[in-house]
Amino acid sequence: MPPGFPLMSAIFINVGLILFLVGTVSSLVLQRRGNLAVAFAFGCSGLAALCGLTAFITFLVAGFSRPIPAYELFPSLVPNVHFSVRIDALGAFFGMIVSLLGVALSVYSFGYAKAFVGRKNVGILGAFFNTLLLATTLVFLADNAFFFLIAWEIMALSAYCLVSFEHEHDETRSAGVLYFIMSHIGTGCLILGFLLLFQASQSYGFETFHALGDRMPPAKRDAAFLLFLFGFGVKAGIVPLHTWLPAAHPVAPSNVSALMSGVIIKTGIYGLTRVSFDFLGAPPNWWGVTVLTIGTISAVLGVLYALMEHDLKRLLAYHSIENIGIILMGLGAALMFLHTHHPVLAALALSAGLYHTINHAVFKALLFLGAGAVLHATHTRNMEEMGGLAKRMPKTALFFLIGAVAISALPPLNGFVSEWLTYQSLLQGFGTTPSLIRLMFPLSGAMLALTGALAAACFVKAFGITFLAQARSQHARDAHEAPFSMLLGQGILTAVCLLLGLFPVQFLTLLDPVTKQLTGEVLSSKLTAGSAWVLSGTAPQGGTVSTLGITLIALCLSSIPVALWWLFARRSRKRIDATWACGQPILQPQMEYTATGFSKPIRMIFKALFRPHREVQREYDYSPYFTTTIRFSAHVEEVFETRIYRPFRRWVWWISRRMRALQAGSIQAYLIYIFLTLLLLLFFAL
Amino acid sequence: MNLHPLAILLQTGLLLALAPFVSGVIKNWKAKLQNRRGPPIWQPYLDLIKFLGKDVVISEHASWVFSIAPYVVFLTALSAGLMVPILTVQAPLSLFGGALALIGLLALGRFFLALGGLDPASAFGGMGSSREMTISAIAEPALMLAIFTVAITAGTTDLSRVAAALHEANWQLLNPAHLMAFAALFIVLLAETGRVPIDNPATHLELTMIHEAMLLEYSGRLLAFMEWGASIKQLVLMSILVNLFLPGTLAADGTVAAFGLAFLIFVLKLLGLSAAVVVVETVNAKLRLFRVPDLLSAAFVLAALGLLSTFLFQ
Repeated sequence: MPPGFPLMSAIFINVGLILFLVGTVSSLVLQRRGNLAVAFAFGCSGLAALCGLTAFITFLVAGFSRPIPAYELFPSLVPNVHFSVRIDALGAFFGMIVSLLGVALSVYSFGYAKAFVGRKNVGILGAFFNTLLLATTLVFLADNAFFFLIAWEIMALSAYCLVSFEHEHDETRSAGVLYFIMSHIGTGCLILGFLLLFQASQSYGFETFHALGDRMPPAKRDAAFLLFLFGFGVKAGIVPLHTWLPAAHPVAPSNVSALMSGVIIKTGIYGLTRVSFDFLGAPPNWWGVTVLTIGTISAVLGVLYALMEHDLKRLLAYHSIENIGIILMGLGAALMFLHTHHPVLAALALSAGLYHTINHAVFKALLFLGAGAVLHATHTRNMEEMGGLAKRMPKTALFFLIGAVAISALPPLNGFVSEWLTYQSLLQGFGTTPSLIRLMFPLSGAMLALTGALAAACFVKAFGITFLAQARSQHARDAHEAPFSMLLGQGILTAVCLLLGLFPVQFLTLLDPVTKQLTGEVLSSKLTAGSAWVLSGTAPQGGTVSTLGITLIALCLSSIPVALWWLFARRSRKRIDATWACGQPILQPQMEYTATGFSKPIRMIFKALFRPHREVQREYDYSPYFTTTIRFSAHVEEVFETRIYRPFRRWVWWISRRMRALQAGSIQAYLIYIFLTLLLLLFFAL
Repeated sequence: MNLHPLAILLQTGLLLALAPFVSGVIKNWKAKLQNRRGPPIWQPYLDLIKFLGKDVVISEHASWVFSIAPYVVFLTALSAGLMVPILTVQAPLSLFGGALALIGLLALGRFFLALGGLDPASAFGGMGSSREMTISAIAEPALMLAIFTVAITAGTTDLSRVAAALHEANWQLLNPAHLMAFAALFIVLLAETGRVPIDNPATHLELTMIHEAMLLEYSGRLLAFMEWGASIKQLVLMSILVNLFLPGTLAADGTVAAFGLAFLIFVLKLLGLSAAVVVVETVNAKLRLFRVPDLLSAAFVLAALGLLSTFLFQ
């Protein structure tokens, strides 16, 4: 390891952080000159992210499993609070994700933000975009609980401002407020959790937290775990704390939606990994069981609710819940393996979860950018008004299709690889313990299969209804291809999807420092079956897969159709003609299957969960067979909203109304409160 | 574990040649059992040759997805087939993927099949796609759990190693775990290949068709590859059933005689399974669409019981 290396990484990171600041300030200064603000804001954020990407990748390639010594960004005036940053493998891995998306999203935003110029204040958009990237990077680098929480808060607040960017719509404002409240409930739990850690270590530095849990009383350790699970779970959007996510992500501008679904929810995963693998020591069994269960439930429910959506961006937001679930399945299994002292398997499950983390970041950002391009072209998020876009925006359609195949975990793309690793770790987990608990592994695996198949159904719907067949509205008929920068942003992410899918073994070497740091095992050399192009489980006889090999074989096999064409069909012609319309003169767009119709069988099968309501009103002359107008409305019930959140909200209102009696507004009453409080405190002090 | 180009070529040829035969046999026997004469066994070959030479008519509403879908269906089924041990214990492509990759490849084919159904803007195609994706989604957990049951006893997802492990373990059909996994997989086979009682391959009645509804707008060589792909997929799933659960008869060494014998026995096993499918198709009526989940959840429960019994009988 060359001695200059850590220094170089640190310099690159500092330059990146400064560039983010420059981007923030310059776009605020230039907010009256829209186009210039866009250029500065996204130019700076792109360059900064590129610096970060360089730094983090060199760090991971060099394979430092020990962190670079912490250093202070700027001196602090308060004791115990240090604005110190430290690059370690876990932070660098997540930093790589945020920087990677930062580059692609900045490129995309050049074209995307132009649409707002003159209509909205793009300076504000650019400033908060930079702040958000800056704060998220700092979350992954912070080496002090206080600094972490400050970065966490800046991240939450700038994300709130970005969600509320189009605040002229009611929907946006209420989604923003919901996000704000949920986010702060989560932060409250995190503060309590860190206080418990502080109590045990008497310091806020992360290095003193390492394996701290082993020195804490078990009850406090479990309490800390639950607090962190709740706090980070809100941010990650696990079921049942997810309700803010499908409200907030879709209403933000699409580049911000991509950033939020791609990275911001991953800060929850980062926090949970950091806390449960680094801070809290050897985990008891129920931690892993809890995380695996939550993961499985989130995955299945997330995709089921996604299927019910016909708002393209809400559909994608629900898929984030599903994918967070899949990531948590990996992490939960890893915790269970740590408990039973199988560090190699723990490393495998952890790698599966982290691999899925970067995969989801890439393909979800890609899909949101595609949705953004569609929104840009059709001015609607409602899939029922789209259709036929594959002919009008072919490049966006191709990128979206690749993203859809990747997120549906289909070979040979990246979603398949990380789910393959998850399946392998779940299968091998069956042998790690003799207790009945081990049945959880194959059952979770079966639920993962259900999730994957439902996701495929959902993306057949999302792609098919949006891009295929006839246009369903004038908006869709007038659609046009996105400008070059927006296509380039999507193209970058598509390329990353392909690379992560076809070269998993090469990518997994980047995860070595992380697994070394958290489980003590280096995995990549164990994951190749002789050849660098074949991925295997940790037990080489457990199964192998090679996405590249499959692709090459399929390419070779495609010579068969070509040969048959030459033999039989050389002279056949291709004719374009009308689709059969059952004898009707013209095939109307209304005759197509709708998004709602497409998911109807699934709605009926899972009706115990969805509780679908429908209402049909018809008007007719003479006889019901000659209906003149018909109105149909249908919706599904959000069980968590109606069964948990609404009663809870009512309860909070009730308490608050009772509390109001205390606050009567008379100064005498307040004086009495102060006096009583003083007495009470004195009593405690004595 | 290396790749043998010859083995790959041989198995590709076998899959291409045998798949229409199995479809033809099932169609012919079903007709016989129902007191009809039925098409000859080699009719699917004639159909394929006919389709290949015909002109292609493409809907004016369809995009490029419509035209690539048949090739994706065909190639994924064929690549998946190379991962199944058919004549020898060693599948030609087992290095590149096992059970999980196979399921994934078939799912990729289905993904494009469903998109191809939606593309021509006809209501039938959309209906077929919607139903196909729904049924496959609820069949998937049963399929995966059944495969897991076998994979866990063998300690691998590599189908060749599964076959080898079952072969060595002096395997008997009365092992309850495998019996139940076999039953579950048989139900999944009926669902995945569009057979009665889940779908009816012989119907073009709009209310009942699933798979055929997606193919309505296909013609010429595109239709040929769709049909061929579907029959290869059927052959692949049937080979998994017969070769994993009755593996004792795979070729032991590389001599021509051993291969010949293995081929003969393989065809016999396939014919036996086809007969079972024919009987099931003839004695059952098609289920109402919303009754299908009951059948498939029965398959899931069977697979789960199989898994539980590996736990109990170890």
